[in-house]
Amino acid sequence: MLENEKLIELYKVMQTIRKVEQKIEDEYRYDEIKTPIHLSIGQEAVSAGVCIHLRKDDYVFGTHRSHAQYIAKGGDLKKMIAELYLRKTGCSSGRGGSMHLIDPQVGILGSTAIVGGNIPLGTGAALASMLQKNNRVSAVFFGDGAVDEGTFHESLNFASLKKLPVIYICENNSYAINSHESDRHKVNNIYKWAEGYDMPGYQIDGNDVLKVSEFAQKAISRCRKGEGPTLIECITYRWKGHIGTVNDVGEGLRPKAEYDYWISKCPIKWYKAYLQEIGLLDDKIDNGINKEIDQSITDAFEFAKNSPKPIPEDLFDFVYSI
Amino acid sequence: MPWTSIEIEKQDKFFINNDSDSSRIISYKDALYEALDQSMSLDSRIFIMGEGVDDPGGVFGTTKGLHEKYGRDRVFDTPISENALTGIATGAAMVGLRPIFVHARMDFLVVSLDQLVNHASKWSYMFGGKVNIPLVVRTISARGWGSGAQHSQCIQGMLMNAPGLKIAIPATPYDAKGLLVSSIIDNNPVLFVEHRWLYKTIGNVPETLYSIPFGKGIVRRKGTDVTIVAISYMVIEALKAAEKLQTENISAEVIDLRTIKPIDETIIFESLAKTGKLLITDTGSKTGGVASEISAIVAEKAFHLLKEPIVRVCCPDVPTPASDILEKAFYQDSETIYTKVMELMKQK
Repeated sequence: MLENEKLIELYKVMQTIRKVEQKIEDEYRYDEIKTPIHLSIGQEAVSAGVCIHLRKDDYVFGTHRSHAQYIAKGGDLKKMIAELYLRKTGCSSGRGGSMHLIDPQVGILGSTAIVGGNIPLGTGAALASMLQKNNRVSAVFFGDGAVDEGTFHESLNFASLKKLPVIYICENNSYAINSHESDRHKVNNIYKWAEGYDMPGYQIDGNDVLKVSEFAQKAISRCRKGEGPTLIECITYRWKGHIGTVNDVGEGLRPKAEYDYWISKCPIKWYKAYLQEIGLLDDKIDNGINKEIDQSITDAFEFAKNSPKPIPEDLFDFVYSI
Repeated sequence: MPWTSIEIEKQDKFFINNDSDSSRIISYKDALYEALDQSMSLDSRIFIMGEGVDDPGGVFGTTKGLHEKYGRDRVFDTPISENALTGIATGAAMVGLRPIFVHARMDFLVVSLDQLVNHASKWSYMFGGKVNIPLVVRTISARGWGSGAQHSQCIQGMLMNAPGLKIAIPATPYDAKGLLVSSIIDNNPVLFVEHRWLYKTIGNVPETLYSIPFGKGIVRRKGTDVTIVAISYMVIEALKAAEKLQTENISAEVIDLRTIKPIDETIIFESLAKTGKLLITDTGSKTGGVASEISAIVAEKAFHLLKEPIVRVCCPDVPTPASDILEKAFYQDSETIYTKVMELMKQK
């Protein structure tokens, strides 16, 4: 069981992710964020529950939908928002955009926009941890679409073979853009693939942050002991459409009843109620937390909007070979 | 693996005699081995992975016994997962190691293009230079003995089109060692293109560790009538052709580019200023290849130096056939170069 401070931290992280994503959604209409965005609203518990157990020097590898992991791992919020505004002060100096976030200071080594592309990268960082004997763990986040890719299977095989300190976190939200999981693979229990690769695999409620935390802790601890990788399939749901701020609920898209069910399972709503029930959170503490989060978001957006844009002459900066 | 032995044994031991002042003569294969061995002994961050790197053959001798010397943590066999392994090497490079990933055939590299092109080559720029990927991908091309369409490709031209990827393509033992060392100490991804038919080539190679700068070609043979720009194994064929052309009193200058990304444009222009005639020869396909790029560079920047149209001697745009008779029709050699130069010289 987590100590009280960490229980509150989980709430803060989820609430930050939610509020940042909502603010991005609000601002997107002004067309100043000129990069494709993929929001994690509804999936906050997965990143929060995993990253709470990672050390600052552990690694995280995300995807096109990686705002949540960036925030949960402690990435610099100002630099993230500045990247969304494609400013020189952005975490990737305006070269990456929303899908390519990085903060090496806290082990965030870059997210990829190629589905499944980050799985080998995180596995490779884990190989380095083993060779360098620094006891660092790699956490690789990907969706249910990524398990259709060869990189998923090739990486799990290699990680198991070499007993690498890597945890594979599948955020299963059932959809790859609009393609339902049942249209993409026969095995709809992704965690079962782990057995074939001789590693532990679990399927858990990805909206239950305590459950995510419990299984992530177990998996990370295995890594630290040199016992090898784990696959954790977190069943969750994204509230928004695949990209941008569009809603994709209705005819031919996601069924309204399914959407309503998952809204009722909001990961933050029940966790907040839980914290209140055990006496860790009251309105006063909650207001304090929200005020602090709101301020950091205001600061980040102001920093971003006031930051300089690259100039055309900057095109060849960071080029090492022509 | 027939072409790895039978066909190679048929090759002459081509001798590159003016590459360095060193009196020691070793083969291209041993030069590669020495670059790996000496680099690994100096830098514990370097490791080698790939199918068969620790087997008794040791990738045609280039990694033979290194696992015994440096341990299996640093020289290890891998699953047949070219794409993921490229990404795994990239991930390890990102956090401070210096991986060398080996493909015994260049054809297998195609399987790994997602990680090589989408990830390794782009990672540094895409994140504003916050990380570097000091990765070397060694690939070995070959030709002959019915290797066919999937065991013989030379796709270096295709990969010139991938921003962020450097490409070294040595033709001599001296360059094999020096450029492999340069590739290993480079902080960014390098595709290192070897040719199996060069493995027996011998030349002067210093025992000491040395590097060769990227983007610096070399004049292999001085000449005044025609410029032959060659890479990889075609350097040997070009030198043979130049020798024969001499008997016709045609003086051919042979330039070996050594790296094709970056490319040494100056050395080509300087030669063209003398000769005004250009033949380009590559081990790969003609369309969209190395020779195409060089032709474009010359057309853009040195058109005024050309007295005659450019000639390209490359493989035709068909998959490599297995039949020995069709292979002979498919592959270009010193005879093709000789004939094409003779035609070029006759044009008025």
